[in-house]
Amino acid sequence: MSAVLDSAAAARHSLRFRKARDRVIEAGLLGAALVAVVTTVAIVITLVRESMPFFAHVSLVDFLTDSLWTPLFAEPHYGILPLVAGTLVTTLVALALAIPCGTIIAIYLSEFAPFRVREIVKPFLELLGAVPTVVYGYFALLVVTPLLQKLIPGLPGFNMLSAGLVIGIMIIPFIASVGEDAMRAVPNYMREGSYAMGATRFQTATRVVVPGALSGLAAAYILGISRAVGETMVVAVAAGLQPTLTWDPTESAATITAFIVQVSLGDLPHDSIGYQSIFAAGLVLMLMTLVFNIGGFFLTRRFREAY
Amino acid sequence: MAATPHPSTSTSDPQRKTAVSEAALPTERARGASLTIDTSKLSAVAEVTPIKARSESLGFFYGDVKALKGVNVEIRDKKVTALIGPSGCGKSTFLRCFNRMHDLTPGTRYEGRIMLYPEGLDLVAKGVDPIEVRMRIGMVFQKPNPFPKTIFENVAYGLRVRGMRATGLIEEEVEKALRGAALWEEVKDRLSSSGLSLSGGQQQRLCIARALATNPELLLFDEPTSALDPIATARIEELIAELRDRVTVIIVTHNMQQAARVSDYTAFMYLGELIEFDETSKFFTNPSQKATEDYITGRYG
Amino acid sequence: MNAIAPDASVLALRAGVSRRKLFDQIFVLVGMLILLAALMTLVLLFLDLVRDGLPRFTFDFLTSFPSRNAQRAGILSAWVGTSLIMLVTACVAMPVGVAAAVYLEEYAPKNWVTAIIEINVTNLAGVPSIIYGLLALGLFVYQLGLGQSIAAAGLTLALLILPIVIVATREAVRAVPRSIREAAYALGATRWEVTAHHVLPYSMGGVLTGMIIGLSRAIGETAPLITIGALSFIAFLPESPLKGEFPYVSFSWLSESFTAMPIQMFNWVSRPDPEFQVNAAAAGAILLAMTLLMNGVAIYVRYRYRKKINW
Repeated sequence: MSAVLDSAAAARHSLRFRKARDRVIEAGLLGAALVAVVTTVAIVITLVRESMPFFAHVSLVDFLTDSLWTPLFAEPHYGILPLVAGTLVTTLVALALAIPCGTIIAIYLSEFAPFRVREIVKPFLELLGAVPTVVYGYFALLVVTPLLQKLIPGLPGFNMLSAGLVIGIMIIPFIASVGEDAMRAVPNYMREGSYAMGATRFQTATRVVVPGALSGLAAAYILGISRAVGETMVVAVAAGLQPTLTWDPTESAATITAFIVQVSLGDLPHDSIGYQSIFAAGLVLMLMTLVFNIGGFFLTRRFREAY
Repeated sequence: MAATPHPSTSTSDPQRKTAVSEAALPTERARGASLTIDTSKLSAVAEVTPIKARSESLGFFYGDVKALKGVNVEIRDKKVTALIGPSGCGKSTFLRCFNRMHDLTPGTRYEGRIMLYPEGLDLVAKGVDPIEVRMRIGMVFQKPNPFPKTIFENVAYGLRVRGMRATGLIEEEVEKALRGAALWEEVKDRLSSSGLSLSGGQQQRLCIARALATNPELLLFDEPTSALDPIATARIEELIAELRDRVTVIIVTHNMQQAARVSDYTAFMYLGELIEFDETSKFFTNPSQKATEDYITGRYG
Repeated sequence: MNAIAPDASVLALRAGVSRRKLFDQIFVLVGMLILLAALMTLVLLFLDLVRDGLPRFTFDFLTSFPSRNAQRAGILSAWVGTSLIMLVTACVAMPVGVAAAVYLEEYAPKNWVTAIIEINVTNLAGVPSIIYGLLALGLFVYQLGLGQSIAAAGLTLALLILPIVIVATREAVRAVPRSIREAAYALGATRWEVTAHHVLPYSMGGVLTGMIIGLSRAIGETAPLITIGALSFIAFLPESPLKGEFPYVSFSWLSESFTAMPIQMFNWVSRPDPEFQVNAAAAGAILLAMTLLMNGVAIYVRYRYRKKINW
């Protein structure tokens, strides 16, 4: 009887140690998890703090309405519109390619393709999305642009069309993958109801599955927009680095991201307005992607909860 | 069936049972503290087989739902006690109170006590550490769940957690446990192959060996054979019958015949309450509650 | 018995069905074509790089520094820089990412703190990589004084791939069945013992896959590195981490300036001289090959691991 209690006492002692060790480790793990929160906070603080001197110098009205962005000139202008226009045009071109193609691929893989095909194709699609962006930049400048120049005579060497198209190719795998997930989440009994009425695969896909996966598809598109907006290297290489306010994709222009790269390539002193302008541009970029990400997040939650 | 003055048998006389319980224990119920027991009263009660554990008005809540209501059961030392009842009657819930497995689920709450003897420790008291409880009480689950490790490491894991390091000692204990689970002869030549490479019945015996290796004061079986074929089931039942007199066993089973075959004492639960508890022979031949009789004769499942 | 000729309504039905099935077949064709086109682009890209970069696939290319003369320029400092940066990235992202994922899966209670952490992880996955560069510029380079160094670069990329590692690890950990955890708890193990002795070892395959995919993403990232000031004309190598004398390990390389493969390629492709574009193609081919190889390894690890531990 006492032997049982003694060994129980011994067990409790090392148990005390084990539990104390557990508590320390849990604190460490929590710390690691908080890194994500700290990072976000740090991003916000850094962007705001480094761009504050900029906004002290430049009025918000000028910033949002001036049609010239020339912060490094002798007579500087600080209108963000040219950069925003550049970003929007390339993004729209990208989406014009990626949304239809990505959706069709998603529908095909989800509703038509046999199992083996899907198993083989999906990893390759993943690979397509894993190509380094600077390589895509090379592709845009030296393969796509010459090709387009044959179709559109007079197309400049740097233009938003090639860049946009290549960004589109880049995000097709993403839209296809998220879209396919959304469609697979539509329960089978809905499809069966449609087939039982004599509908073909195509009709079922377009009239039952796609509407049922709408919020998931919307999430895919919105997150794809966010990616296109944030894309840097393709535009830096192929679209040119000249901020011009234009809505014509066949012209060259700079996006917000390309501008930041251009300034970073140079050598700017820490306190110059040029240095601060990249943080101001980054702040605008961050706000744009934040809006899209939040939208995408809520839509994703809706499509996950729906079934 | 007559209500005897023995609190150790039928609970159909709650008055009697309560009277003896209160007399045997001090009125001061300090939670988590070691209680001193008036052993003079207890020895009168214990007769031949001492009591290893006793649940006293045990209640259990899943959130707001009361899943167990005032269950009083005595577990005899080194005997097999079976819990039977229809699905959802709370027998697994009751079993899992013994090793505080419910603590892993948030929003659960215990009521009442489970006293472990001879120490007099309340297993479900707030001040009692669930890990300590689990180190003293073992469990075998419904679906065999060996670790994806070697057979040897599966059995050795409990020992390593308790700080045992000496390889020779571990090897000895592993062999002892595997023999105790009637698995040694079949696996002694392949201790380093994966636990998952065994058949379902062998895996379950491996899980039993794993639990036995830690010398548990109580061994809990939660429907151990429901996932096994009849031959494997028979072997496990043989094993449990062998464990009698060496280990105290509580086994939950939905199969009445199994309870009749392997246990010394049987308890019947229904909708979270204990309906009847008696020595197995008396329980199945001459149940004192009509509900028990109905269940045994198959009037409802 | 003679077959009865079908009446007009059945014939109309059949015609309608054939017409609708035609749409089906057209769509299948279109879908397959687009899919093939997308995949062909990948092949085309790779072949183009190889063909254009062919003259440079020499040993000298791998062992020479960048130079004003395109034919003599090589990627030595670039791939050494990339390797060292990846070392830092892996050493930071792996422990932090796995620890964070383990906390979220095994420890975190369902309260608002956990919700905030999870929202942040999801959000960070969608932040453009150049923003990470700006963060690093303001915080690591200046505020913390790390300068434009390999350490700063490694830390930046580690933060960038952290969400990838966290998500992959969480999925791998979630795949470990609850019954295994129950068995371990029932034997008296503490939460950390269950995690370290069972959950992590059994999910290692998935964790490694996530790490490899994260690194393959980091290897190709250019924008953040440019922002923190990677140079592309580095004609020297950082001091080696391994030394011939005590204490055999040196950390001075962490504070040195750096360049990396994608930076070098970007620099070359931005020059008008077509000779440099050959260099760019060669560097790109190597970079792409490395990325595809790493992804291939990750997919293979994921496949083998799924076969090995068959719940």
